[in-house]
Amino acid sequence: MDWNAFNLSLQLAAWTLALLLPIGVVTGRWLAKTQTRARPWLQAFFALPLVLPPTVVGYYLLIFTGTRSPLGELIMSWFGVSLVFSFPGLVVASILVNLPFAILPVQRAFEVVSSELYDAAACCGMTPWQTFTRVEMPLAWPGVLSAAVLTLGHTLGEFGVVLMVGGNIPGETRTLSIAIFDRVQAFDPLAAGQMAGFLLLISLVTVALGYGVLERRERRRRRST
Amino acid sequence: MLSIRIENNTPALKVDFGLPMGTLSAIVGPSGSGKTSVLRAVAGLLAPSHSLISFDNDVWADTETRYFRPAYQRPLGFVTQSFGLFPHLTATENVSAALNHLPRRERGVEAQRFLELVGIGGLADRQPSELSGGQSQRVAMARALARKPRLLLLDEPFSALDHSTRKRLRVELKRLQDALAMTVLFVTHDLDEAAELSQNMVLLRRGQVVQQGPTRELLRRPSTVEAARLMNFANLAKAEWVGSDASGITLRWGDVLLNAEIGPKSPPEGQIYWTIRTSDVFLVKDDHPNESSLGTILSADITEIIEMGSSVLVSVIVARSGGESLRLRLRPGALHRHNVSKGSRIRIALHAQSLVLLQS
Repeated sequence: MDWNAFNLSLQLAAWTLALLLPIGVVTGRWLAKTQTRARPWLQAFFALPLVLPPTVVGYYLLIFTGTRSPLGELIMSWFGVSLVFSFPGLVVASILVNLPFAILPVQRAFEVVSSELYDAAACCGMTPWQTFTRVEMPLAWPGVLSAAVLTLGHTLGEFGVVLMVGGNIPGETRTLSIAIFDRVQAFDPLAAGQMAGFLLLISLVTVALGYGVLERRERRRRRST
Repeated sequence: MLSIRIENNTPALKVDFGLPMGTLSAIVGPSGSGKTSVLRAVAGLLAPSHSLISFDNDVWADTETRYFRPAYQRPLGFVTQSFGLFPHLTATENVSAALNHLPRRERGVEAQRFLELVGIGGLADRQPSELSGGQSQRVAMARALARKPRLLLLDEPFSALDHSTRKRLRVELKRLQDALAMTVLFVTHDLDEAAELSQNMVLLRRGQVVQQGPTRELLRRPSTVEAARLMNFANLAKAEWVGSDASGITLRWGDVLLNAEIGPKSPPEGQIYWTIRTSDVFLVKDDHPNESSLGTILSADITEIIEMGSSVLVSVIVARSGGESLRLRLRPGALHRHNVSKGSRIRIALHAQSLVLLQS
């Protein structure tokens, strides 16, 4: 069992979740409310990682954020880090491939908050921020929870884009899924099996806990109607 | 004075009227006439392309100066057609949501007080999904009142309720308005509701004001054919202008001469429309003299009698009018007293004061 790789996977999941969830809430809410004609294109853009092979996303990340690209040079001069073959690069890649998991459930959740409740909140004297915290979020949180669970599970198991952008550097970019691949390549089925089973268990527990909370809420709601 | 001037393209609106403070006023019109849009513009939930809205000389919106006060800063309460209760909060929490001006610990007690004011103090812990239509309406009303608004807006507040609840809540609204001395503006498509509740009325059609004024005056004297139609005046007819003098105006309706007390000073071009309320057409006893203080007395044949519970609607064809018909509303006992039935010839009186001349 490669505990370093497991630790790195957890760190990656935590960073991705911490940075992506606010982006998901803001973007998902905006997509739910906006009247812009560009909405189908924006939705398609955010959903792209669902249909594109991770290698394609990884390839473009390498091209646009490589040290020889203008963006890569800018990032290097500003922050002193390279986004390829490094942990920060993994976080950026992970955020990009997880965009649909963080945005789409949140968007659906905010879409069901009726416009009438916004009007009612304004006429109760609530500021837009109070409306967001006291009306929108309590109603949309199942969507936000779904987004968090999906993002967490998907990040823990992400393989293709991690390999393309980060390679396989122990302690820096070797996550649990890369370590499993590495062990299989090295004809070490026992270690690969242990790690695969562990990842399976963690993913199952994470997703089941999320669904459990949602189910309890739904049961409570049905009881009250 | 609540002063409302709005021009907008979508939805199409062009209204300009004022309503006195501390009164209960109604905007009445058919579906799609723009009633709700006017209310939403007053609340600050709709920003029309041109508007000047002020309340007691306090400007809330003025597109000339590009001033727009957001809804949450306007001192008003709004009860929408479907009540807009927050589904994740109990009745008390819904009311507390409008008590931001109070310290958190005082909100619960105050919310309970308002729930009791509207008669549902015992339902404080219920979720909106556990409340009936009437109960939800009361929670919404308590929430709207909790902010101690200077203006209360109600959008078809009773339309989702059954008949008896509606009647009870109308009485309660009147009582609350008297007790809290608020300015109340409500919209309805139900003329009877507006007539029963409001002191002032605005008739709206296709986004424009058809007529506006004190409710009693409006119900008695529509100024245009459109207003009469909107207020369901069943008797609407055309007549020729004969002349006018100090005592009033004389019209020719078929071969019959009619008198009206109030009307235009000069003869209109072509024919003029006139109307009279069904309850202002009187049945006259056979032995009553033709020339009397009751007004013009005409012979008529009954073509239809419809009993409507507390009243009877009688349709007649008036003799010498060229086959024109009128309707009169009588008390059920009057039919038996005068011993009349379908096909009977009766005499009816049209008083000059009750005859209303209309602009086309």
